[in-house]
Amino acid sequence: MLAYLIRRLFYALPILIGVNIITFALFFVVNTPDDMARMHLGAKRVTAEAIDKWKAERGYDKPLFWRSDAAGVDKVTDTIFFGKSVRMFALDFGRADDGRDIAREIRTRMGPSLAVAVPVFVLGLFSAISFALLLVYFRASYLDFAGVVLCVAMMSVSSLFYIIGGQWLVSKIWHLAPISGYAEGLSAAKFVILPVLISLIAGIGSSARWYRTIFLEEYTRDYVRTARAKGLPERLVLFRHVLRNALIPILTGAVVLIPTLFMGSLLIEAFFGIPGLGSYTIDAINAQDFAVVRAMVFIGSALYIVGLLLTDISYTLVDPRIRLQ
Amino acid sequence: MLQIKFVLLWSDLLFFVLIAAVVVGGVWAGRVEHLRLAWRQVGQSRVGMATATVLLAFVLVALLDSLHYRERLPGEQENYAVEVRSALDAALTGLRTRTEKTYSAPLATHLFAKESLDADLGRDFPRLKHGGAHLGEDLTAQGGDIAAKAIKGLGLGLLGAMAFGLVSLPLRRAAPHLAWNAQLATVLVLCLLGGVIVALAGDYHVLGTDKVGQDVLYLTLKSIRTAILIGTLTTLIMLPAAVVLGLLAGYAGGWIDDVIQYLYTTLNSIPGVLLIAASVLMMQVVIDTHPEWFATTAERADARFLALCAILGITSWTGLCRLLRGEVLKLRELEYVQAARALGVSSARILWRHVLPNVMHIVMIAIVMDFSGLVLAEAVLSYVGIGVDPNTISFGTMINTARMELAREPMVWWSLVAAFAFMFVLVLAANLFADVMRDAFDPRVVKQ
Repeated sequence: MLAYLIRRLFYALPILIGVNIITFALFFVVNTPDDMARMHLGAKRVTAEAIDKWKAERGYDKPLFWRSDAAGVDKVTDTIFFGKSVRMFALDFGRADDGRDIAREIRTRMGPSLAVAVPVFVLGLFSAISFALLLVYFRASYLDFAGVVLCVAMMSVSSLFYIIGGQWLVSKIWHLAPISGYAEGLSAAKFVILPVLISLIAGIGSSARWYRTIFLEEYTRDYVRTARAKGLPERLVLFRHVLRNALIPILTGAVVLIPTLFMGSLLIEAFFGIPGLGSYTIDAINAQDFAVVRAMVFIGSALYIVGLLLTDISYTLVDPRIRLQ
Repeated sequence: MLQIKFVLLWSDLLFFVLIAAVVVGGVWAGRVEHLRLAWRQVGQSRVGMATATVLLAFVLVALLDSLHYRERLPGEQENYAVEVRSALDAALTGLRTRTEKTYSAPLATHLFAKESLDADLGRDFPRLKHGGAHLGEDLTAQGGDIAAKAIKGLGLGLLGAMAFGLVSLPLRRAAPHLAWNAQLATVLVLCLLGGVIVALAGDYHVLGTDKVGQDVLYLTLKSIRTAILIGTLTTLIMLPAAVVLGLLAGYAGGWIDDVIQYLYTTLNSIPGVLLIAASVLMMQVVIDTHPEWFATTAERADARFLALCAILGITSWTGLCRLLRGEVLKLRELEYVQAARALGVSSARILWRHVLPNVMHIVMIAIVMDFSGLVLAEAVLSYVGIGVDPNTISFGTMINTARMELAREPMVWWSLVAAFAFMFVLVLAANLFADVMRDAFDPRVVKQ
C-alpha cells in the first residue's frame, strides 16, 4: 500500500510538470511580457521606460529559460521560467499586483471558501441521494416520471437564475438572510446559509438524475433478483442491497472533488461577497492579475491530482476485490 | 449594381460547414441499416419530434443571423458601411431602429422613469416614441387594442400552422409511422406565439426596452445565434482532435497510448474554469495588441468568439477522447477486427472502415449531450468577464447588463426574464432531445 502510494505520487509529478509547462507557455510564450505590460498599463502610447519598470517590478525582465551572461547555476535559476514556474513547487507564488504575498492570501482565504463548499458538498450528496432513492423506490410510476421531468427542468435553468432569483426572493422580498457579505467565526452561519441553499438547489437536478440511473442499473443485477426471490421485502432490497452497492460508484466518484473544495466556487463567492479563493480568482481575472491566476491554476491542478489519488485509495477501502499493487 | 456586399465571417463559414456536415451525415445515416433504425426511433418519439422542431426553429433564427452583409453607402464611390448586418437584422429593421430613450416595461406606452416635462406639469412618465404611438392621446383604448392585435396574431398563427400542415402533408404520407402529431402541435404552439408577437411587435415593445432603449425582443433573438454557435462550433472544433487521438490511443497502444493519456490527464487536471480564464486572458492580450488583423469590429468580436469556442473545446475534448479510447480497446479484440487484421488490411483502413463507424454513436451522443452545457456555460463565462466580447449580443451579456437593475425600485425584470426564458426553452429542448438520441443510439440502453 505504502509503496503504491509513493509510486502514485511519482506518477503525479510529470502531470504537475505538464500543467506547469502549459501555464508557462500560456502566460509567457503566447504573449511576451512586453505585451502583458502594454495591456496592463492600458494606454495606447506607453513609453519603453514604463514597460521596463512594470517588468522589473514583477521580475519579468529576465530571459525566459537561459541566461547566458550569468555565472554557474544562475544561468538557469535567474530566469522567468525558474523564478515564476519552478518555484511554485515549493509553494512560493510570489506577489500579487497589489504587493501582497499570494501564498499568505491563499491561506487566509481558504477558510471562507470551505465554510461554503463543505456544507454544499455534504448536504448536496445527501439530498441528491435521498431524492434519487425516493424516485427509485417509486420507479415506473407517475411520481418517478414527474421527478425525472423536474430534474431535467431544473438542469435546464441557468445557475445565474438560481443565484439572482434566490437573492431577490429570500433577501429582498422575505428579508430572511443578508444579500451578501461574510463574518468570521460562528456569525458566518447567517451569511453562509443562502449561498449553500442556492448551490444545493442548483446542483440537485443533474446529480439526482445521475444517481437514479446508477440505482436503476444496480436493480438489474442478479443478486437483486435473488434477494427478491428469497422473499425479502422491497424496502429491504432497496436499502440493504441496492443502496449499499450503488453507493460505491457514487461515493468514490465524489471523493475526487474533496480536495478541490478548497478552491471554492467562483460564481457563488462572487455573488455573495464571500472572501474566499473563488472570489479571489474572479477579482484577479477582472484585474488581469496574471500572477494570481497562474498560482490558482497550479493549486487547482495539484488538488485535483490529490483527489485522483484519494479516489484510488477509497476504491480499495470500499471494495475488497480491488488490491493496489 | 449590387447595393450590399456579402461578408463571410469565420464563424459563419464554420456554421455553414457544420450544417452541410449534418446534412451529409443524415444522408449517410439513412443508408446504413442500424442507424436508420435508430433515427426512426427518434422520429417515433413524441418528445424527440417536438424538441427537434423547437431546436430547428432556433437553428433557423441562428442561420438567418449568420448571413452577414455590409450596406452600400450612398454616393458615387463604392463605399460600404462599417457596420456588419445580418439577414435577421434586415428582417427586424423595425425592431432594431425603434429605440426608446431608456427602460420601458413590456407593452408599455410610457417610459419607466419619471422625468421633468414642463415647468408647470412637474415630473411625470414621458410618452414612448414608438410603443403604442398609434394610439395617440387616447390611452383608454390600449387594453382593447392589445387584445384585438393578440387575437389577430392568434388567427395569423393558426393560418400559418395550417399552411405548414398542408405543405408538409407529402412528408407525413411518406413516413406515416413517425410522431407527426407532436411535431404539428409544436409548430402550432410556435406559430401562435410567433403570430401574437409579430402582431404586437409592430406597435409595442413586446418584451420592453433596456437601458439604452433597445427592444429586448430584438436582443433575445440576436442572442440565439451566439448560443447555438457556441454549443455547436465548440464540439466541431474539438471533434477531429478527440476522435483521432482517441482512436489512436485505443488502437495503437504502447507509447502512443501513454503519450495521449498523459496529454489528456494533464489537461483534465487543470480546473476547467481556470484554464478557460487563463486562456481567455491571454487571448485578449493577443487580440488587443494586434488591432491590425481585423477590418471591422464585427470581425474582431468574431475572432474573439471563435477563440472562446476553441478554448472551450480544448477543455472539453478530453472526456470524449477517453470514452473513445475505452471503446476502441474493446473493439480491437473483436473477431471482425482480428479477421481484418489477419487478412492483411492496413491499420488505417481498419480504423476507417471497421472501427470508426462503430464508435460514431458515441461521438453523436457526446455532441448533443455537450450542447446544453455549453449554452449554459456561455452565460456564466460572459458574466464572469471571460466570455464573448461585450459588444456581442448574447444571453450572458444580456444578463450581465440587466442584473444590476434588480436593485431598482420598482424592479426592471423584463430583460432578465426574457433572457432566462429563451435560454431555458433552448436548453430544455436540447436536454430532452439528447436523452431521446441517447436512448436510440446507445446500444447499452435496453430497447423495449
